[in-house]
Amino acid sequence: MSDSNTDVIQGTLDMLILKALSLEPLHGFGIARRLEQQSDGVFKVNPGSLLTALNRLERNGWLTSEWADTPNARRAKFYRLTRTGLKQLEAETADWSRRAGAVTRMLAAEG
Amino acid sequence: MSLRTRMAHGLRTLLRRSVADADLFDEVDHYVAEAAAAYRAQGLTESEARRAAQAEMGARTSVRQQIRGGNWEVTVESLAVDVLRAARRLRRAPAFAIVTVITLTLGVGASTAIFSVIRPVLLQALPYPDAERLIAIADAAGPGGAPMDVTFGTYRELAARSRTLEHVAVTRAWQPTLTGNGDAERLEGQSVSASYFGVLGIAPATGRDFSDADDRPGAAPVAIIADDLWRLRFGADGNLVGRSVILDGGPVVVVGILPHGFENVWNPAAQVWRPLGYDRSLPGDGREWGHHLQLLARLAPAVDLETARAEFAAIARTPAPQFTRPQWADLRAGFAATPLQEQVTAHVKPALVAVTIATFLLLLIAIVNVVNLVLARGADRRDELATCAAFGASRLRLQTPLVAEGLLLAIVGGALGVAVAHAMVGALVTLDGFALPRVGAIRVDNSALAFAVILSGLIGTAASALPALFVSSRDNPQASGTRIVSAHQRLRGAFVVAELALAVVLLVGAGLLVRTVDRLLAVSTGFRPDGVLTLQVQASGRRLEGPEAVRRFFDDARAAVQAVPGVTSVALTSQLPLTGDADVYGVGTRTAIALPPGADAGAFRYAVTPGYFRTMGIPLRRGRDIEDRDRAGAQPVAVISASVARRRFPDRDPIGEQIRIGPADNWFTVIGVVDDVRQSSLAAASGEGVYVPKGQWRFADRAMWVVVQTAGEPAAIEPAVRRAIHAVDRNQPIFKVATMAQRVAASAGRQRFAMTALDAFAAVALVLATLGVYGLLSGRVIQRTREIAVRSAIGATRSNIVDLVLRQAGGLAMRGILLGVVTAMLANRGLATLLFEVSPLDGGTYASVVAVLLLAAAIGALLPAWRAARIAPAAALQSP
Repeated sequence: MSDSNTDVIQGTLDMLILKALSLEPLHGFGIARRLEQQSDGVFKVNPGSLLTALNRLERNGWLTSEWADTPNARRAKFYRLTRTGLKQLEAETADWSRRAGAVTRMLAAEG
Repeated sequence: MSLRTRMAHGLRTLLRRSVADADLFDEVDHYVAEAAAAYRAQGLTESEARRAAQAEMGARTSVRQQIRGGNWEVTVESLAVDVLRAARRLRRAPAFAIVTVITLTLGVGASTAIFSVIRPVLLQALPYPDAERLIAIADAAGPGGAPMDVTFGTYRELAARSRTLEHVAVTRAWQPTLTGNGDAERLEGQSVSASYFGVLGIAPATGRDFSDADDRPGAAPVAIIADDLWRLRFGADGNLVGRSVILDGGPVVVVGILPHGFENVWNPAAQVWRPLGYDRSLPGDGREWGHHLQLLARLAPAVDLETARAEFAAIARTPAPQFTRPQWADLRAGFAATPLQEQVTAHVKPALVAVTIATFLLLLIAIVNVVNLVLARGADRRDELATCAAFGASRLRLQTPLVAEGLLLAIVGGALGVAVAHAMVGALVTLDGFALPRVGAIRVDNSALAFAVILSGLIGTAASALPALFVSSRDNPQASGTRIVSAHQRLRGAFVVAELALAVVLLVGAGLLVRTVDRLLAVSTGFRPDGVLTLQVQASGRRLEGPEAVRRFFDDARAAVQAVPGVTSVALTSQLPLTGDADVYGVGTRTAIALPPGADAGAFRYAVTPGYFRTMGIPLRRGRDIEDRDRAGAQPVAVISASVARRRFPDRDPIGEQIRIGPADNWFTVIGVVDDVRQSSLAAASGEGVYVPKGQWRFADRAMWVVVQTAGEPAAIEPAVRRAIHAVDRNQPIFKVATMAQRVAASAGRQRFAMTALDAFAAVALVLATLGVYGLLSGRVIQRTREIAVRSAIGATRSNIVDLVLRQAGGLAMRGILLGVVTAMLANRGLATLLFEVSPLDGGTYASVVAVLLLAAAIGALLPAWRAARIAPAAALQSP
């Protein structure tokens, strides 16, 4: 909600979710918190967009989900990265690095 | 993987919606709780934290919409809702729904059925590789250039000299009797040159094709059999190839089994093939020079039919010294080559084309009717829709329910139509006397289903989109309502006129065919079919090796049938009218007669027993009947038909004159004259006929017809007749059993098929047109209620008011009739080849159709007129 936060760059949310889940299974809020922490508070995720993305990724077969207890004894839906999800993450990471590198080089040349 | 999981997820959501929703809401709630906890940890109060978290998330249901929005099942869900609503609306208008569905069912059903038939028969290539290269070639030496079977000699010459043909084959019918493995069975088969399957481009699935060595006189007897025969008769015995089976009493080695599903379009019933085995040295007096072979060929690649035809003509024109030609096969008339597809479908094509056109007309009527019904409904709902539009409903939003309604009706009508198509196709393929080629391939298959689906979908969308366009083109119900209504009315009036016109076209077609069938059945056949049962018996096998044994068997069989109770008379004949038999021989007289060129097509040769004319009811006009004393060794005698007497003995009494039939020394003394009979078909003019005593013909016919006259129902004595023949020899198969009356009926089969279809379609068209008139006029009466009330208030009588409505009906009918008659005069030309002794412009038919249509329009106008007459002026004018 706060204006100092930046929305996640268009098209990178899926990749960031996959990355967050590559370490351990997380529930929805856990993922949001992880993204915020890892970006040092730069990215703030809209909950609706996050849950929509999770639904989409699960349908693509990149995630599986199951209900389990959280450490503070609430029932939560935990998402886990599948093998194809991992492959997708690697592919997207490689693709992103290539693009980002190119953009950075272009900006550097311009300056 | 991905598609499958997506489908699985969607289905789960659809089927277990409450579970899926609960799951989603739980997840959302948990998220909010965690977020609130985080805010609390940042120092917010309990309620502030909860509010902030909730605000971030938004309302639960809208979150659900957002999450689910991209999933396919949502589209399905909203469609389902629209369809359910449409169904509810239609339930409130049952008359509209039922009439529309019935119309669609008939239209889609009939067109799907006819599509299922014409696709394999007329549209698809024959089921052979490069089937478009297959042709049939005939000797054009028949009367008036008609095609005629070729001789073996002609085949040898053409095969050797032609460069445009890749393969050439000849074939003739062969009906062997299979014994030694269950009951004796008479099989349908073909004697073929070794190249036959090569021409078709088909090789046996098991074993080998015929070789050149098989196809010579004296070669060891071999046969190739169909997959069906192998399965049904030999239990799919894997070791059958190379073993012998007993055909016509002798062992024949099976060398090959054809592939499963092989279709033999030339003779669909054939199950067994043997090499022809004719003598290639072409002895001048042998069967090698008889006109009894059908010639099939495969064009060389990249050769078109015209090039080939030119080459055949050149070959026919220029005899080569190494190929002798007897005078009766001199090829002076040239060859007639047609694509094989045309050849095998020629007999059904006119009827099928006529019915296809009729189906198309019916479909047009159905579409017009549906559009009309939907338009009428749109007019009824004008206010409702206009209100929606005024409140700002988008064009799309207005159209959606209408389209949903149209689609729902189309789906129901289409599904019922497919069921109707199934039933119709089932009835068609078994229709008596209408031998459809490729019957095995005719069925309502996937492409027919796709056809039905696309058709009903198109009709549904078109019908529903049209009124929706009218509605959305208007923004203010008050301002433009009247204009829309009158546009509506004009359009609906035009549609009703179109319906009436199409009904006229169908009625005229149906009427012409009804007259044709009447005329055909009224044709003087020359015989009396009542009470006559006919069946064919084949003498075959070792025990009946010689001609004497064959003659004795038939004499004994005739005596046995004579003894059956209820049989008043029985006779045998080598060929029977209306069976497809065409045993024709050249005819000569002692004094040469000058017949017009091409007019001497020979005469049908009948070898008969005494009593044949009596049994068949063929009147003897002069002289005497064939009697028992006219046996072998006695003076050869013949009875001739009236046309032979007239043409060959124009100036004298034929009785006592000599007539030759067949070979040069085959002379008979004429003892009597009988009426002409229709041998080939009811429609074809009677050919000449020469009847000789069975015992005096130069060979013993092995297939004879048993003709039984009974006082009672002829079909009822069939079992007793069978038993009597089998008591003589139970190995001789009996087949082609039918009463003479059935044969007469079957001979009009093509016309009857087209007539039945057109009758039904015309009836439907008439009913729909009547309904159209009714619907339009009752709508107008309702709209003009006030006007009519004013008229009667200022003195119009009830009959004035009725006149007013009837005049409208009359105007519609006249326009429909005018348009329809002109269209019918053009369209029904296509029926010409089916018609018999009826002109496509038959005045009587047109007159009665016009009368029927006027009557229908009057009936349609009756109820609206009555309603109009009953309008009470005071009440009508006071109502708002």
